[in-house]
Amino acid sequence: MSIKTYAVAIRDVLAQEMRRDQNVFLMGEDIAEQGGIFGCTRDLLQEFGDKRVRNTPISENTFVGAGVGAASVGMRPVVELMYMDFLYLAMDQILNQAAKMRYMFGGKVKVPLVVRGQQGIGRGNAGQHSQSVESLLMHIPGLKVVCPSTPADAAGLLRTAIRDDNPVVFIEHKALYATKGEVPDDPEFSVPFGKSNVVREGKDVTIVGNYLYLGKALEAADLLEKEGISAEVIDPRTLVPLDTDTIVESVRKTGRLVTVHEAHRTMGFGTEIAAQVTEKAFKYLDAPPARVGAKMCTLPFNLGLENAVVPQVADIVEAAKSVLYRM
Amino acid sequence: MTKPDKKYSRETLLNIYTVMKQIRLFEETAFRFFQENKLRGSVHLCIGQEAISASVTELLDDDDYITSTHRGHGHGIAKSRDLKSAFAELMGKQTGFCHGRGGSMHICDLDKGNLGANAIVGGGLPIAVGGALAQKMRNTDRVTVPFFSDGASNQGTFHESMNLASVWKLPVIFVCENNGFGISVPISQSTSVKDIAVRASAYDMPGYVVDGNDVFSILNAFEKALSRARAGEGPSLIEAKTYRWKGHWTGDPEVYRTREEVAAWMEKCPIKRFREYLLSNKIAKEEELDAIDEQAAADVAEAAQFALDSPEPDPAHVMDGMYVEGAYPI
Repeated sequence: MSIKTYAVAIRDVLAQEMRRDQNVFLMGEDIAEQGGIFGCTRDLLQEFGDKRVRNTPISENTFVGAGVGAASVGMRPVVELMYMDFLYLAMDQILNQAAKMRYMFGGKVKVPLVVRGQQGIGRGNAGQHSQSVESLLMHIPGLKVVCPSTPADAAGLLRTAIRDDNPVVFIEHKALYATKGEVPDDPEFSVPFGKSNVVREGKDVTIVGNYLYLGKALEAADLLEKEGISAEVIDPRTLVPLDTDTIVESVRKTGRLVTVHEAHRTMGFGTEIAAQVTEKAFKYLDAPPARVGAKMCTLPFNLGLENAVVPQVADIVEAAKSVLYRM
Repeated sequence: MTKPDKKYSRETLLNIYTVMKQIRLFEETAFRFFQENKLRGSVHLCIGQEAISASVTELLDDDDYITSTHRGHGHGIAKSRDLKSAFAELMGKQTGFCHGRGGSMHICDLDKGNLGANAIVGGGLPIAVGGALAQKMRNTDRVTVPFFSDGASNQGTFHESMNLASVWKLPVIFVCENNGFGISVPISQSTSVKDIAVRASAYDMPGYVVDGNDVFSILNAFEKALSRARAGEGPSLIEAKTYRWKGHWTGDPEVYRTREEVAAWMEKCPIKRFREYLLSNKIAKEEELDAIDEQAAADVAEAAQFALDSPEPDPAHVMDGMYVEGAYPI
């Protein structure tokens, strides 16, 4: 085990996988000499050279598309988007090409592409640099959608992503890069897709959250505990594939579900989880599921305004109490 | 006809003739099937443009790549030389290139280097850049040829891909089939330049305007671009001026052009011109070309019958191919 930041955990797995497999290479904006603006590719140019660590022009649709093309002939490109907001510039290549290629071509091609980059609030980046994209991507069959919340999960899930033969969008969170945690040193350490993580056990209410809202859900659980409420906290880790079994099993025990995320509440991934839990565990539910998420508002620049758009710990506590009829 | 810059074998020339003829007959049969309601969907025919696909692919090997377009039957047939899988795919059959999942606009054949036809105008260009990047990273001398249209040359992906291929000196030969229209809009209304090939200069690569209905005009430029790409010197752009005889798709009312204009272009039929060249230069006798024509007709008829007789894909397996592991949810 080593203590690593989320960013270093990602960088180290990129390096390990590039040492293991010559087909793995990196493309993106400012990833070579600069090492990525968040440092996730720092020093990789020195070790792997400019053929495998490629600075790109600011042409997101085309360099993501080049990743699609290279992947379709057997390379394993890992393409960095500086901000996930720029995913929308590359949406044709992700949605119409990468996601559909295998199916449209009769299952005869593999597209082992990883598109990775960071999203979210925390740096006052305002409307075009703070969005959460994961729920949109869940709606596109053909992609896998990965959301690591800890350094260990970032490392283990990234290794799984690089070795996966499907296109994977690996979404990091900018406000987590500096967070530290234990990461196994084993260069084979991986975290499987489709396994939700029960981060804290409890018996009264199930809270599902990720990224910053995993931490905030745990804070809420501490506050709830002081009021005699035992909250179970689950991090889904991957949204496609989505392990609802673990969540359903939890709800069968607690009878209550709260979902929470930084993404907008309307059609956020919490909506899908709430729907699936309602379908699969309706008779175990003692209250309607509660969804906590950002208002349907563009992320503002001003910190006070930003905080007014995204949920706070108090909102999670309130939601948990509401499903327990303890308001 | 333009004079060839180099001498081609009789076999090469007759291959090009054969493929042009196969594409023509394939498209005519597809058109008839559409009219007879044997085909569904949108079918974009390339009648009149056959010389470009047939000539370019004759100089490529299976590990050279192409990407193709919604008007892609010709490219797919020429690269794979497989009429049966193409026709079966048009009919959505299990025996088609894509097992009926793709249809007319998504013909692909990775084994023969066709990275796929694309129904998004300009969508194949970045993918071609990626194919060429893989070829270069693997230190091969292989090349990638994205076929695209005049319409695609106004997409961002065209400009971004030309730029990236040039910056990275990738073995891409951009082949623009300029047939004069984006559906109904003539290029005079959509495109800032008369010759799309001049856009090559903005990306520091050679650009060639060729007569897309003239096999040797195409081959002469393509040979130069191919030598440059195989030598690792970078990309080129070839603009092949041509014309589609049929509408944008099989249901197009064609209100945007006159019968006289179409008739004038039919006089410039690439197959007729090439046939006359082969005869007048004594490369083939009339009866030999007649025999090729008959064989092509028989092959296309056989492919169409194969498609008709082939099984439908099983709806029980509709999700197959969504993910490497199988169906969604995974």
